[in-house]
Amino acid sequence: MTTPSTLAAPARQSRAGRRAGGNLLLGGLGFATFLLLMEAVPRAGIVSQEYLPPLSRITGALAELATEAAFWTALGDTVRGWFLGLAIAVTLGVAVGFVVGTVPVLREFTASTIEFLRPIPSVALIPLAVLVFGTDLRSVLLLVGYAAFWQVLVQVLYGVQDVDPVAAETARTFGLGRWARIRYVTWPTALPYVLTGVRLAAAVALILAITAELVIGAPGLGNEIGVAQSGGAVARMYALVVVTGLLGVAVNALARRLERWLLSWHPSLRREAAA
Amino acid sequence: MRLAGRIVRTLVAALALPTVLLALWWVLTADSESYYLPPLSEILADVDDVWLRSDRLSVDVAPSLLRLTGGFLLAVLLGVALGVAIGSSRRLRAFCEPVLEFLRAIPPPVLVPVLMLFAGIGDAMKVLVIVSGCLWPILLNTVEGVRAVDEVLVETSRCYGVRGPARLWHLVVRSASPQIVTGMRQGLSIGIILMVISEMFAASNGLGFSIIQFQRTFAVTEMWTGILLLGLLGFLLATLMRLFERHVLNWYFGLRQAQRGGSR
Repeated sequence: MTTPSTLAAPARQSRAGRRAGGNLLLGGLGFATFLLLMEAVPRAGIVSQEYLPPLSRITGALAELATEAAFWTALGDTVRGWFLGLAIAVTLGVAVGFVVGTVPVLREFTASTIEFLRPIPSVALIPLAVLVFGTDLRSVLLLVGYAAFWQVLVQVLYGVQDVDPVAAETARTFGLGRWARIRYVTWPTALPYVLTGVRLAAAVALILAITAELVIGAPGLGNEIGVAQSGGAVARMYALVVVTGLLGVAVNALARRLERWLLSWHPSLRREAAA
Repeated sequence: MRLAGRIVRTLVAALALPTVLLALWWVLTADSESYYLPPLSEILADVDDVWLRSDRLSVDVAPSLLRLTGGFLLAVLLGVALGVAIGSSRRLRAFCEPVLEFLRAIPPPVLVPVLMLFAGIGDAMKVLVIVSGCLWPILLNTVEGVRAVDEVLVETSRCYGVRGPARLWHLVVRSASPQIVTGMRQGLSIGIILMVISEMFAASNGLGFSIIQFQRTFAVTEMWTGILLLGLLGFLLATLMRLFERHVLNWYFGLRQAQRGGSR
């Protein structure tokens, strides 16, 4: 952090390399501490083993899960609900966001409606989804799609609005048409926002997919957790929670990778790489 | 005159689409025979009976709101404190990152059954669920905000000998406040979700509990009033959040506007 920016390049590189190695080591140490606590705290009786089984028993349950076909089906159901709902939401969100964001009149006339509909918690739709669709995949898609759509839409609207006025005016001065301006000025400005929206929406979509399964009883990991909990299979329940966590990590990593890949030109990432 | 014209235009812009949509809903469902879609007129007529003339506001809505407020505020305190600590130290960040990455990736609703083991189905469980869900967006946004503090400002305040609590409050938290508020906004919407589902899953009172109860007893009109109320609540909370944001981030919006050449 205190490194002056005038340092010679090779010196900086090796220093950055060493630091990255150190970070990795620290991170591993942190994770090991966490795992150790998960084993030691229940064993020492600080928390009852009935509520929090030691890590070794959770991993045992996890290994058992991996041999069950029903578990893999449930995982597949969850991933499918998540992905389809997210795909619908992103497509709609980007399309609507760009149309509404680039046409001032539309923006003006839809603002109040968007502001009203967006904060409506999609879980409010749960009873309706149950009545109309039952425990069908469509229930999951309704909840996931509704929640994720607004995340994307709002970010796209922010992004389209965030265009640097100097860049916009420069483009206009150089005689770029409407489409060229959208392609070369608005899109690159909005892209980081779009990807932020996708990242947020991906996380929210997973939350809602699991919620739908847990509360409505649609097939999937959430439903399995509910069943394990009501059956008193505590270690199994924790193992399933760990699986949802790993799924969440995978979702975030995927979104990050997408962001890094599409935004490698962006100053915020370039600075990160140099620091 | 021109001011009046502008106000009228703003009002028309704000009200036109909602009016059209509501009118459509009213007209299209007016003689609806559908079991799931009772006429809007009936739903609105029921609001009075279901929510206002009974004691549901104090028995169901108030406890829900209290749990949400408590959980959310606790999450803000924890999130900002931890976020500033983790964001300021490269080592601490490296140490915590993998664990945080895993913990925040767990979808908070699965913590409902987990926390039920520890805290039963009482208020404590619901507040804990809300805290554990709201915490991550606030924490991670704070970390990002603290990391992204303008280096020129950092060095300027070092030159002027600004340190300790003053540095923390005026430089770090202030610079990170746009991100903190963003995190709070995301956290609040997750908090509402968790408030509702913790009540739907296991509760004896609350907004989510009564809505799911209506659905289970096939009281469809009543269920719709609940959905509308929940929607309205979400909207009101978001509006409060926006007022707060405007108040706290006034300087930031001003700065942005100045950067845009002061054009309106």
